[in-house]
Amino acid sequence: MITVLAVHFAVAAVAPFIFRKFGRSSFYALAAVPAGSFIWLLLQHGAVYATAGPHGSGSGGHSSEVTPWIPDLGMEFAFRLDALAWVMSLLVLGVGALVLLYCARYFKNKDQYLGGFGAQLLAFAGAMFGLVTADDLLLLFIFWELTTVLSYLLIGYARTRLAARRSALQALMVTTAGGLAMLVGLIMLGSAAGTYRISSILEQAPDLVAGPAAGAVGAAVVLILIGAVTKSALVPFHFWLPGAMAAPTPVSAYLHAAAMVKAGVYIVARLAPGFTETAYWLPLVLGLGLATMLVGGYRALRQTDIKLILAYGTVSQLGFLTMVVGLGKPDAALAGLAMLLAHGLFKATLFLVVGIIDHQAGTRDINKLSGVFQSSRALAVVASIGAASMAGVPLLGGFVAKESVLEAFVHFAGEPGYGPWGAVVLAGVVLGSVLTFAYSARFLWGAFAVKPGVDRTPFKPIQPSFLAAPAVLSVLTIVYGLWPAPVDGWIQPYAALFTEAASDAGAEAGAAGHLALWHGFTPALGLTAVTFALGLAMFFARGAVDRAQSLVPDWIDADRGYRLTIGALDDVAVWLTGRTQRGSLYFYLAVILTAAFVLPLAALVSANKPLPEGLYFIDPYSPLQIVAGAGIVIGALAAVRANKRFLAVLMVSVTGYGIALMFALQGAPDLALTQMLVETIILVAFVLAMRSLPAELRDRTGGKYRVVRVIIGLAFGATMVFAAIHAMGARVATPVSLEFPALAYEGGGGLNIVNVTLVDIRVWDTFGEISVLALAATGVASLIFLRGRGDGIRASSTVEEGTVGRRRGVDKSSRDGAALALTRKFAAATRDAWLVAGRTLAPERRSIIFEVVTRLMFHSMIIFSLYLLLAGHNLPGGGFAGGLMAGLALTLRYLAGGRYELREATPISAGMLLGLGLATAAASGVAPLLLGGQVFQSAIIELWLPVFGDIKFVTSTIFDTGVYIVVVGLVLDVLRSLGAEIDEHFEEQPADTRPSRRAEPAEVHPAADWEAAAVPADTWRGEA
Amino acid sequence: MSVNLTLLTVMGALYACGIYLLLERSLTRVLLGLMLLANATNLLILATGGYAGLAPFYSKDTEAAAYNDPLPQALILTSIVISFAVTAFMLGIIYRTWVLARQDEIQDDIEDRRVAATPSFDAEDDAVIPMETSEFPLTMLGADGGGVSDAPIPDSPVPAGGRDISGEAAAREEKPGSATIDKKPEGGGT
Repeated sequence: MITVLAVHFAVAAVAPFIFRKFGRSSFYALAAVPAGSFIWLLLQHGAVYATAGPHGSGSGGHSSEVTPWIPDLGMEFAFRLDALAWVMSLLVLGVGALVLLYCARYFKNKDQYLGGFGAQLLAFAGAMFGLVTADDLLLLFIFWELTTVLSYLLIGYARTRLAARRSALQALMVTTAGGLAMLVGLIMLGSAAGTYRISSILEQAPDLVAGPAAGAVGAAVVLILIGAVTKSALVPFHFWLPGAMAAPTPVSAYLHAAAMVKAGVYIVARLAPGFTETAYWLPLVLGLGLATMLVGGYRALRQTDIKLILAYGTVSQLGFLTMVVGLGKPDAALAGLAMLLAHGLFKATLFLVVGIIDHQAGTRDINKLSGVFQSSRALAVVASIGAASMAGVPLLGGFVAKESVLEAFVHFAGEPGYGPWGAVVLAGVVLGSVLTFAYSARFLWGAFAVKPGVDRTPFKPIQPSFLAAPAVLSVLTIVYGLWPAPVDGWIQPYAALFTEAASDAGAEAGAAGHLALWHGFTPALGLTAVTFALGLAMFFARGAVDRAQSLVPDWIDADRGYRLTIGALDDVAVWLTGRTQRGSLYFYLAVILTAAFVLPLAALVSANKPLPEGLYFIDPYSPLQIVAGAGIVIGALAAVRANKRFLAVLMVSVTGYGIALMFALQGAPDLALTQMLVETIILVAFVLAMRSLPAELRDRTGGKYRVVRVIIGLAFGATMVFAAIHAMGARVATPVSLEFPALAYEGGGGLNIVNVTLVDIRVWDTFGEISVLALAATGVASLIFLRGRGDGIRASSTVEEGTVGRRRGVDKSSRDGAALALTRKFAAATRDAWLVAGRTLAPERRSIIFEVVTRLMFHSMIIFSLYLLLAGHNLPGGGFAGGLMAGLALTLRYLAGGRYELREATPISAGMLLGLGLATAAASGVAPLLLGGQVFQSAIIELWLPVFGDIKFVTSTIFDTGVYIVVVGLVLDVLRSLGAEIDEHFEEQPADTRPSRRAEPAEVHPAADWEAAAVPADTWRGEA
Repeated sequence: MSVNLTLLTVMGALYACGIYLLLERSLTRVLLGLMLLANATNLLILATGGYAGLAPFYSKDTEAAAYNDPLPQALILTSIVISFAVTAFMLGIIYRTWVLARQDEIQDDIEDRRVAATPSFDAEDDAVIPMETSEFPLTMLGADGGGVSDAPIPDSPVPAGGRDISGEAAAREEKPGSATIDKKPEGGGT
């Protein structure tokens, strides 16, 4: 069985390539797959029916295959071929092969997407075969959904047509919704039974139904039935099936007559031997089945499209089948499967006939078709056999099956315990059969008759190969009718399951009976005669029937209900999205933050917990904190109020420095140091980045919004305070950090506990952090640099003296002009430069004091930063502080000497630094692994060096060096991007396009003539 | 467990100011708000360390509880440097926005708001299609694959997001861009 499946899917996978080469003839190759499988199936007959005696002496024979799939989840490919599966497979594979053959004549070579279509159809046959042979609930569900998805693709084959797209989606929505319900039901059933193996679930079914989990099992069965109802297009979900007639007709013949819609019936048949006794089974199956049979038959009589007549006819028959199969009696089981086979044969025939008529005549409208009988008698004969079988005319398969169905319902009506319902159902079935007879006649008449007042339809002659598939099916219908014994033999083992169940329960074991053409004069035969008489009457009085039907108002239409539901769902979705998706960051944040304070505050208030012990305002060890705190708050408030950009930035810096002070007062010198350095660099970065923005910082949020902001801000702040108080008050455990001092000294070999925590105890954390730093640095560079990473800035020796940032266009007679002339005179002095590239700056932007100070401080700062790095293990400092200090030194160089100075100060590019730093840190992590340790394990090396004396070197310092380099790279990237590159942007712009409102006049570089700077280098005498 | 109310009060004030700034339209103020929030959070972490104590430098004679808690300190150190990187990144964004749009403001996303004006008429779902009685007609709407939407334009007004718009406008909403929504930003921006 697994091989059969694998071949189906494998051939489907390569099908598009076959089609590219051979066109529509490839359908023959595809048809060979199910045809071969069909032959294999026939050969399995012996194995499946081996142990089953003629009267069914037990569970019957079967062949099964189990292959583990996901053992951890208990999922396996479990397949089982018993009588039910075998009969279903006959239909699936046989009709599948014939439909594929038929496709080879139905489609044209120039049709688009034919390869995909063929692949889907073949894969569908495979999935359907898997569905009926699966012996695992979850596996069954997988195949179930596969058929759903494939049917979506097949219905939507004509993808450029709105009708096809819409009905494909509708079928998908309805069947998937049912499938979801079914999945829940399957899982409930599986967990109630403790296994997902269908055969063993059915074995323990009596215990399940009567046992403690009866309620759950009952609910599970109802959910599974919902899946079956949607798939088999029963009321109230029947509307998708007529809609799906937008599919190409071969698809309708296969999916919507023989195979897919039978999946629901199959599920009912599969569960019937065990679960008919659950509370809702019979009402659901019989009620919905009967309603469907009548609605389908009624609506079939209203259609003018012969394909739609068949579609509603199929709906009707599916209801009929569900009722019979679900009745749970041996004779009904026998009759149900017999009817299933007969229906598959005649309905596929009829659909294929419709396809031929449409193909040859170009219409399916009964008001346009006329005289097709004269055009093609062979087609008419084939169609008549199918339609007669559908109506239940003697000598045909449909008659044999329907007789036994009526027999079963007559029995059911006669059984005590069901009250009047048995008779009601019987009456309904007879009425349904009358309607079936009437629409069968209407179909034949509509398709073939000569209608008065309609011109004879032009009809192209039919090739015999086109007609072959329906002809084979109609011959089988006749054989089935004349010689039902083999079919009887196939079904008996399945019917025997019910006898067995009944005898197990101690009830009277009803006999299944046999299929036969002639049972004698029975009540069933009488009912058939009544059916024929009434059906003929309805056909001949069709005018009156039409008039009666047109009196029924339009709005009773499940399809309309579906569209209204979907439309309402759309409207709700739009409404909800419109209320929530506002495109406004302000709105989103306001909602999120409001939720963030309302929920905790509500929880705090409702819990009504007293404030914890140990609250204090003034820390006895550090009373000055309250002063620092006041400064911070004043800074923050000023930042909120500030209406000048740089004032606001400065005020935020005040809070930052205040926090540094707070750190120092709390006993955290490392933090204080780092915070000071970071605040300074951020301040510089702000000034550099914002120099082109307007100085004014207007509050652009209107009045009522401002009130909302104040409320949200205050409430959020208060929430945080109280949440923090309660959270800290709730602490009972000893802090884990009490271990840190000893760990740091003994394990990490350092006295500075914070630093050792960073580079040893929590080193992974730090490694993650420096990766983020590298990313952020790259992000900054990529936001500012338009092309490349900008590592190619020229050496300062190629730049002409005093050209960078030179002011042009200043009136010489103005005061500015005079001042400029004066500074330029002084700049001409010949002396040793303090900075390498200081001379490249325009004289008016140079500051001799700044240059001297930079010259004096730079190297000291670098040395100091190295000291911080190396001493950090035992004293305040570390990689972060050291790197920031070095960055600050670079900042000084840049501010004093411009971008060429920065270039001279850093022979290694920022990207290289980031990479080197990360590599160093990573290497320090990996190296211990090579030496037999763990990742990031550190070692303490003690040695003696001349001059230095005893040295204690801890390998985690190497990691810290990596951190140092990354931080330097980050600061350098910030300087290069926000500083140097923006300088260049300024100089590239002409003066008059720049904004008139300047952020900070002193920082704005006047336009320099970039061309003038590109002068040969040999005239320069620059050196430090 | 001791709770330092001074630290927490300052933290609360910083959170309040930070949130107030964060809800502003100006990108610069949003960034400043974020910085205040970062500072506030650092204070929160610091407060978990309890009383001020000795700087955490190991000495054999000091018992572990006498130090200020080193773990929050390590966390804050990480946080300070990360905030620096994020601030720099935001500065890059602000500068880039300024260069591209000459604007220092957060714009409302008009396309986001278009959704609210989606008409309840959707050609794919609601257009009336003539009944097709053959797969082989001489001409087929959209059969060339050219027109994806082969639906007719509705001639009566169509409800859309709480009001009615003309059928033509509804058909236009099926395509990118919109002519029917109000472009005024929320939050009183310019």
